[in-house]
Amino acid sequence: MQIHKYDTVIVGAGGAGMRAAIESTQRSRTAVLTKLYPTRSHTGAAQGGMCAALANVEEDNWEWHTFDTVKGGDYLVDQDAAEIMCKEAVDAVLDLEKMGLPFSRTEQGRIDQRRFGGHTRNHGEAAVRRSCYAADRTGHMILQTLFQNCVKHGVEFFNEFYVLDLLINDGKTAGVVAYELATGEIHVFQAKSVVFASGGTGKFFKVTSNAHTLTGDGQALVYRRGLPLEDMEFFQFHPTGIWRMGILLTEGARGEGGILRNKDGERFMERYAPVMKDLASRDVCSRAIYTEIREGRGCGPDGDHVYLDLTHLPPEQLDAKLPDITEFARTYLGIEPYTDPIPIQPTAHYAMGGIPTNVQGEVLRNNTDVVPGLYAAGEVACVSVHGANRLGTNSLLDINVFGKRAGIAAADYAQTVEHTELPENPAEKVVAIIEGLRDSEGTESVAQIRKELQETMDTNAMVYRTGETLKQAVADIAGLRERYKHVAIQDKGQRYNTDLLEAVELGNLLDLAEVLAVSALAREESRGGHYREDFPTRDDVKFMQHTMAYQEVAADGTTSIRLDYKPVVTTRYQPMERKY
Amino acid sequence: MSTPTVEKHSAALDAAEVGGVKLITVTLRIRRFNPEELPDPVWVDYQLEMDPKERVLDALNKVKWEQDGTLTYRRSCAHGICGSDAMRINGRNRLACKTLIKDVNPEQPITIEAIKGLTVLKDLIVDMDPFFQAYKDVMPFLITSGNEPTRERLQTAEDRERFDDTTKCILCAACTSSCPVFWNDGQYFGPAAIVNAHRFIFDSRDEGAEQRLEILNDREGVWRCRTTFNCSEACPRGIEVTKAIQEVKRALVTRRF
Repeated sequence: MQIHKYDTVIVGAGGAGMRAAIESTQRSRTAVLTKLYPTRSHTGAAQGGMCAALANVEEDNWEWHTFDTVKGGDYLVDQDAAEIMCKEAVDAVLDLEKMGLPFSRTEQGRIDQRRFGGHTRNHGEAAVRRSCYAADRTGHMILQTLFQNCVKHGVEFFNEFYVLDLLINDGKTAGVVAYELATGEIHVFQAKSVVFASGGTGKFFKVTSNAHTLTGDGQALVYRRGLPLEDMEFFQFHPTGIWRMGILLTEGARGEGGILRNKDGERFMERYAPVMKDLASRDVCSRAIYTEIREGRGCGPDGDHVYLDLTHLPPEQLDAKLPDITEFARTYLGIEPYTDPIPIQPTAHYAMGGIPTNVQGEVLRNNTDVVPGLYAAGEVACVSVHGANRLGTNSLLDINVFGKRAGIAAADYAQTVEHTELPENPAEKVVAIIEGLRDSEGTESVAQIRKELQETMDTNAMVYRTGETLKQAVADIAGLRERYKHVAIQDKGQRYNTDLLEAVELGNLLDLAEVLAVSALAREESRGGHYREDFPTRDDVKFMQHTMAYQEVAADGTTSIRLDYKPVVTTRYQPMERKY
Repeated sequence: MSTPTVEKHSAALDAAEVGGVKLITVTLRIRRFNPEELPDPVWVDYQLEMDPKERVLDALNKVKWEQDGTLTYRRSCAHGICGSDAMRINGRNRLACKTLIKDVNPEQPITIEAIKGLTVLKDLIVDMDPFFQAYKDVMPFLITSGNEPTRERLQTAEDRERFDDTTKCILCAACTSSCPVFWNDGQYFGPAAIVNAHRFIFDSRDEGAEQRLEILNDREGVWRCRTTFNCSEACPRGIEVTKAIQEVKRALVTRRF
């Protein structure tokens, strides 16, 4: 075992982690621990853009953006946080441009902007051009630009270090414990402040746009240390994933004029969202697609998908603005999007919930108090700027605004305190997990349990949910968690043991899926991405509040989930009926 | 405005929408290496049933999940964006997640081995540190002088287009590890580092071109390129890598960029 000592440790090197690292490296001695090489992070898969009211191509202002964000989140957004994000959006985009990001440009040489779902002029009048973009590679450009600037600032990375535990001593952050994939060695990192920026958890669904590596590692280990997870029942299903594969096709395709059609060729979104049509918010579009499919208007021999139609757009426009997604259609479906519509279905995309933080990125241990020295930013966190449904582009914005804030706050905090002493046997828990899996003589397979988890989640906890389906999911997950205790791996070696890694990741997915299902079962209303057929309306009296889920451990070691609720911060917008 | 209907389907769309799949038996012939077990690499065959429209990565996953959990490789996004899974498939560098089974002659065993020129650590995993070091050595970040503008720097669409091709790089190392010069001389910067230098040399906002060109004028720099075009053929992002290298060479001679 090795022990390292830093001022600040950042866990994860996607957009939020690297944005934080650029700030904290200039202020405190910082280490970035990442289970992937930084440029492999899933920020790179984001496509359509990053919204900010630059008003480069038409009138816009941050207050309209805030309103859209609050409405898009179905009034579960903390409005103070949304205001901060939308105000600071302008500088966040300009910061990236100054760091070198190659945005697409207007004829005047300014950053170009395009339409995106749910982003409107003057509180819903019409779609507005707010998304700053680089073709359909905006996330790739953000990830590359941030990595380039990490190189410039000499950020210290520990690549392929998998963080498995958070150390808290006397209520204060003491560090983290990591497993080095190359060698199998355990490393303890003592730190005054820790920033979690480890990304999402979409791999508990089968059809998902998420990478294999998005297994909720940060959320799960914080949760097991007794800290709450907020709003985990709110998961976004992006309307346009490639049918069956789930690969993302950007909403920017509809921003450029693409249209959703059913088997009759009908532009069905006109019936669901008369003003915004195909650019309604994602939850609205995804429900509409499944309604079409359920009512027999789906496409294909089994009627199980709809089309994203780009065939009316000039090929030059597709080549210039949507080169990657058109290539995906060619590569994975063998079709030509100039002339063929693309078969799509909603795909599990983004966790609105996560580790609760305040607007400085400080992690909450209950509704009001923070854990000194602990921070989170990006998809792993819940500020909450996305509420019950995130607007497209606001995730790239979130990672930049709150990644920067968390990086500065964590580094500044580290300047004011001494290191907290490490607890005795700091690596004890991690060693137990690793050795337990390596020595297991069980007969259960990681792949089989994961497959069954993904199947129950897709069947029972997706776009449409009921009390019955969610109870089924809870029961299925409980059974799988029981079987997981007898899981065994084949690779017993030390070097690059990805077999072991996948087993640990599955444990994280199981815990978080249970939180999602239990939180969703208790929320007897429909709001944003959480739709209950048995409670089809929003209930602001009972449920305009955030879910806070805690793991309770009984004396005999059995765990259960305790749910609590936290009020929503409302500043200027009272809840209204949500129409697009 | 076109209105797709079931009657107007192209054959390609019909093929894409086929519900039931016809599985074929494929053999993956994988070059395995684990120094914890054996000092030398060995070729191992795995037979499995696959939908030919699935990815080579799907086949590797199927082996790992159902037959042999010790098989080790890197992967993440699974759709050609993260650059984790460059490997030699039937002797050619490709991303396993962007290569469909049907396109690699599945009637014969599909050979899979680690990319060349970087030390193999286990199975398909190579040591990427030298690759990233070469990248870092070309100063891959925007260099400017003077006060920062309050708003964005202006750049015409044409100036932006000038370096568009090289912004697509995902640092997968498919190009560098396909280069015969790099195989023989690990000190050579390699195509990927030059691509990333190109991305800044030809960015109208950047002022660091002279410094980068001097770095690439080195004995192990751009002049080592023998224009074999392996790199361009290997690039999963379709970057014209050899052309970019030629443009850097020309900029070194003319000092115009």
